[in-house]
Amino acid sequence: MKHTLSVLLQNKPGVLSRVTGLFSGRGFNIESLCVAETLDPGISCLTLVTRGDNSIIEQITKQLHKLIDVIKVTDISEKEYVEREMVLIRIKAESQTRAEVLRVIDIFRGKVVDVSSRSYAVEVTGSASKIQALIDLLKPIGIKEIVRTGTIAMARASKNK
Amino acid sequence: MVKMTGSQAIVKCLQEEGVKTIFGYPGGAVIDLFDALMDSDITNVLVRHEQGAVHAADSFSRVTGEVGVALLTSGPGATNGVTGIATAYCDSIPMVILTGQVPRSLIGNDAFQEVDIVGITRPCTKHNYLVSNKEDLVPVLREAFYIARTGRPGPVLVDLPKDLMAGQLTYPEQKPIRMQNYQPTYEPHIGQIAKACKQILKSRKPVLYVGGGVILSDAHKALEELAINLNIPVTMTLMGLGAFPGSHPLSMGMLGMHGSYTANMAVAQSDLLIAVGARFDDRVTGKLEEFACNAKIIHIDIDPTSISKNVKVDIPIVADCQYALTAINSWFSKEPGINIKEEAAQHEAWLETIREWSAKYPMTYKEEGELIKPQYVIEMLDKLTGGNAIITTEVGQNQMWTAQFFKFNKPRHFVTSGGLGTMGFGLPAAIGAQMAFPDRLVIDVAGDGSIQMNIQELATAKQYNCPVKIAILNNSYLGMVRQWQELFYDKRYASTVMEVTPDFVKLAEAYGAVGLRATKKSEVVPVIEKALASNNVVIMDFSIAREENVYPMVPAGKATTEMLLV
Ligand SMILES: Cc1ncc(C[n+]2csc(CCOP(=O)(O)OP(=O)(O)O)c2C)c(N)n1
Ligand SMILES: [Mg+2]
Repeated sequence: MKHTLSVLLQNKPGVLSRVTGLFSGRGFNIESLCVAETLDPGISCLTLVTRGDNSIIEQITKQLHKLIDVIKVTDISEKEYVEREMVLIRIKAESQTRAEVLRVIDIFRGKVVDVSSRSYAVEVTGSASKIQALIDLLKPIGIKEIVRTGTIAMARASKNK
Repeated sequence: MVKMTGSQAIVKCLQEEGVKTIFGYPGGAVIDLFDALMDSDITNVLVRHEQGAVHAADSFSRVTGEVGVALLTSGPGATNGVTGIATAYCDSIPMVILTGQVPRSLIGNDAFQEVDIVGITRPCTKHNYLVSNKEDLVPVLREAFYIARTGRPGPVLVDLPKDLMAGQLTYPEQKPIRMQNYQPTYEPHIGQIAKACKQILKSRKPVLYVGGGVILSDAHKALEELAINLNIPVTMTLMGLGAFPGSHPLSMGMLGMHGSYTANMAVAQSDLLIAVGARFDDRVTGKLEEFACNAKIIHIDIDPTSISKNVKVDIPIVADCQYALTAINSWFSKEPGINIKEEAAQHEAWLETIREWSAKYPMTYKEEGELIKPQYVIEMLDKLTGGNAIITTEVGQNQMWTAQFFKFNKPRHFVTSGGLGTMGFGLPAAIGAQMAFPDRLVIDVAGDGSIQMNIQELATAKQYNCPVKIAILNNSYLGMVRQWQELFYDKRYASTVMEVTPDFVKLAEAYGAVGLRATKKSEVVPVIEKALASNNVVIMDFSIAREENVYPMVPAGKATTEMLLV
């Protein structure tokens, strides 16, 4: 099962390697990882997507928590949540395909961010599955380069608040 | 606000933490700190190899319960200490390791004797720090001691750039440490305690399975109270030996790969396993699916990651072992309508079964005329020391025979590398223990292979008047590995025959120590008596039956009921 963990960390040198070292040392896998400062510059938020059965996820959560520099660990996927990922794709766009590329990008509410005579670079944001669907559609046309941010996620506010 | 050098600040901080003895080895990066130490009342024990420093400081902690401190220079000094740090980490020993580092301006430049020791030790420390500015120096040290000794203890490394130690700083006032992100749970959940107690009341075949956590949290008294009041048999892990008196009728000795028949059978047939400060290590459980498969499991541990890691637990209790056991004892004394005597009597039939197992399959070995059986040496050491010595061990058969045949009746009297199984641990550990208790008898039970891994520490023992006794169970083999080869590799003794071994008697003499040798059984007692009468360092070289094996043995991966017996 896929799980999205949100981890608050002390924003200090070496902290990220404690987290990644924990995963590699114990044979847990990381599907994606995204980290940046929070409003408090002393604290960063790390969003991590991993897979495993309940007992593995329980171990991962406990082990993360055991790291001294980790402040809080939440398994966001246990709750209602929103997740987003951004992708930049450079795609072949020659005269026959230029219009089609634009149509697809439009359907996915993407934006063209760079243009040349033979390619477009586009920016698209969405859930990991939406991004995957887009990639599947564009592949036959010809993807020249692709960069993904990895997932970030946030729990939804509870209804009665 | 007092101004001083960084080195003086470190010394002052160590004094505030109550440190009197440290173990270290100098070098360019820590020369300022050694200089400052000279003006203090702290003794540095100058070892002969940094691994020895860390093991000795580790052992100092194991026997006293205090935080052990080692001081190493940068680069090779620090890397030489890594095995020691990993050893302490695997056995959850509270330590602070101070390492020198190149000046801040050179960090990252591949400077002379620069290594990223914080990077190297990240997976084998509880936490570690590179101090990067002078305001942090003292607060980081204080935090290091705090982290080392609280929660599940462990080694904490602090890397100290040379320029910070040479430079000036203002010494900050002491204030209580509160860390928002680190708050170990000591108090047990009271609902879980009640659940556990009710489960104990339902049980007819309970077993207490206790580990090093009981010793680390000084919970032995509370454990004794629980076991004796309710008549519950106790088995201990290697790290748990001494947590409950080995001579007590309720003790079943060690469990697991080389555990007693009784302990392994009892765990297999028990209906309730009460695990306290133990972690279901593979050397204890054997084949996981069959471990305690008829039992409900209560697990008390201060580290939540230990719980349900290998074995699914029915009643988890995250707490300090002492707090939890005390809470259980007080539940039984306060809960209305419980007659402890009657409850204890409910276990009589179970104890009868256990007594039958012990009578039928005791921990034993075969005598063979004048051949020296290693088990006999251990029995005689136990007898002639009145069980009062602090025993350290090396690793291998020597370690297992000691665990099986020495009756440890008190906590903090058995010092051994359990989790990592580090050969070369025993001699520096003996020195660490002797520095902590100069008046006690300290004996390292060694193998001929292991003792050669840190034999240089004989000089340290001599220099600091540590009259440790070393009993080498000499089989001229890397015996434990040879045993596996005999049993599972067609007796192909690949690289386990020590064709050249030094003359340990002469070697002892070369260091100014006493060397004694026994080659037949009748010489064993006189040699031990002579050694115990000496106030010098003594090596006793016992030529033992070369191919003696450690039994019982559970082959790796097998269920613990599938024991090979003598
Ligand atoms: C540093 C280290 N290297 C290798 C091993 C693997 N090992 C475990 S026991 C053993 C043999 C130890 O031989 P010895 O000290 O003579 O003890 P014996 O088993 O013969 O009593 C070895 C090589 C280890 N535990 N530690
Ligand atoms: Mg040997």
